[in-house]
Amino acid sequence: MSEKDRRIRPRIEDFRPAKEGHIPRSLEELSPEEWARLKEVGIEPEAPREGEFFQADARVVHCRTLPEGLELLPITEALRKYDWIEEYWWKTVDRDKDEYTRATDEDLDDGYFIRVLPGVRLIYPVQTCLYIRTPGVVQKVHNLIIVEEGAELNLITACTTHPGVRSGFHIGVSEFYVKRKGKLTFTMIHNWADETYVRPRTGVRVEEEGTYISTYVTLHPVASVQSMPVCRLVGEGARAVFGSVVVAPRNSYLDLGAVVSLEAPNSRAEIISRSVSTGGESIARGHLIGRAPQIKAHLECQGLMLSDEGAIKAIPQLDAYYAHVDMSHEAAVGKIAQEEIEYLMARGLSEEEATSLIVQGFLSVRIEGLPAELQKRIDQAVALARQGL
Amino acid sequence: MGKEPWLEVRDLWVEVEGKEVLKGVSLVLPRGETHALFGRNGSGKTTLLMTIMGFPAYKVRHGQILFKGEDITSLPPYERAKRGIGIMFQRPPTIRGVKLREMLKLCAKDNGIRIEELAREFGFEGFLDRDVNRGFSGGELKKSELLQLLIQDPDLVLLDEPESGVDMENLQVIGRMIRRLLQKDTHRPRTKSGLIITHTGFILQFVPADLGYVMIDGTIYCQGNPQEIFEGIQKHGYEECISCLRRIEE
Repeated sequence: MSEKDRRIRPRIEDFRPAKEGHIPRSLEELSPEEWARLKEVGIEPEAPREGEFFQADARVVHCRTLPEGLELLPITEALRKYDWIEEYWWKTVDRDKDEYTRATDEDLDDGYFIRVLPGVRLIYPVQTCLYIRTPGVVQKVHNLIIVEEGAELNLITACTTHPGVRSGFHIGVSEFYVKRKGKLTFTMIHNWADETYVRPRTGVRVEEEGTYISTYVTLHPVASVQSMPVCRLVGEGARAVFGSVVVAPRNSYLDLGAVVSLEAPNSRAEIISRSVSTGGESIARGHLIGRAPQIKAHLECQGLMLSDEGAIKAIPQLDAYYAHVDMSHEAAVGKIAQEEIEYLMARGLSEEEATSLIVQGFLSVRIEGLPAELQKRIDQAVALARQGL
Repeated sequence: MGKEPWLEVRDLWVEVEGKEVLKGVSLVLPRGETHALFGRNGSGKTTLLMTIMGFPAYKVRHGQILFKGEDITSLPPYERAKRGIGIMFQRPPTIRGVKLREMLKLCAKDNGIRIEELAREFGFEGFLDRDVNRGFSGGELKKSELLQLLIQDPDLVLLDEPESGVDMENLQVIGRMIRRLLQKDTHRPRTKSGLIITHTGFILQFVPADLGYVMIDGTIYCQGNPQEIFEGIQKHGYEECISCLRRIEE
């Protein structure tokens, strides 16, 4: 198997089960170095939260929920507690999709269950973290998120590895259900290690007038991430936004995108991607499918090549099955305009400072409907990463 | 005080994209003075300003540029900016995702100038949280440029047609901003110098110049009272300049 093939198709058997990891019993066992790393992805114990969930390797180490109307449990516990979970389990993601989903189905290393009860609108985010603490393990999680009718949840998940870990494999199956008039924002800020492989497998179902907003941020070296969430807008007026803000450093392979199937009239979808290559490969995909009249969908891929190594590939696809659809895409890949650099240099910035400011500006995409605190977290992550560009 | 040379250009020959544009330009701009540069399109005025700022596309083949006595001919633009040279762009680019406020903070380099206050004074506070130059009108672009310069606070200001594309109402504000930039309202000896390119001469009603130059085909053809030169150009065009007796001895 070539190096590139291994990067694109990592093999589960090359990793040890996460259950054999050095799993801590509680958060107190984490070292100051580990806390520093967690802080980089925004995990701060004192921040206001509606709920917190922390899983290291295969064990849920910390799980706390504050308000009434929010349920946050390890998924293994929720599966024991509720029979009705069957109605949601493996319904938006096919358990036979690939070897990664099959492996997760056969041997689960937990995950989180979140349910917001009808009409409950949570102000502060719920924070989850999936953490790889032991070198060379494969962590297989399955998450289930249900936002009931008229409810709102802002979920932020920060995934990272122990500062001493380079190699690992994270497989995360996530299923999202947004009921009528519900709103869910899902913001992922990832900071993996250069030999870590990541395979999220995500399914989303949004009902009438529901909103789902997903933002994925990865700005640091990672061996490979491949993810193509499938979102179905099944109710009239449902809306989905997928944003991704990615940097592909040398030796990183990122294949990211989303499929949105607009199945009800007046549903809307938007896919926005910003990728920067500093020597790695970034593939930005987007697939919009208009299966109902009066839908509106737009896809925007922008890439910035900062090096002659690596690659950026924009692959947009639009499928329309009705006359009354409004579907569009725009894609642009290029380098930084010299006149922008010179403009900033005339204001006293060195060439490096000018370049990094332009890159930061390029990556600061505004996601409409995203709460200010989460937008701030994304901006902070970008500002922090800017120093390393 | 006030008469030491701030900028000295000595026999400057400059090439742009393989074409010789400046052919032996020399001028001396003393501290506290404002000089105006007249000339047809393509005569080399913008090239002179861009070369003084140090943009790499403008290749100095011969000659020197001195600022405050230091030879800056081979310094990159940001080093010149640090030494106190600022330029107003005629067509500044959009910097997407970067807020004007952030840009102004970078221009300030902690010099203590109050961004909000200054923006409010010139009616521009509503633009602070917009992307730099994104969707700005002609007049707004000029204000954005001048606000950046006011905050950067350079000792030598290079202005390339500050009045182009600006309506009469905005011209007043832009005139006030340039007066502030060049300390035209102060009674103390001025320390700020300016080099202004103007086609219409309008800006000179707001910002009086101490000396004018006419540039023709990459050389400075004449220099003298800016008002007289401008009136002469208005009456007789640049043809007259070419045959003018005031022409600098070659």
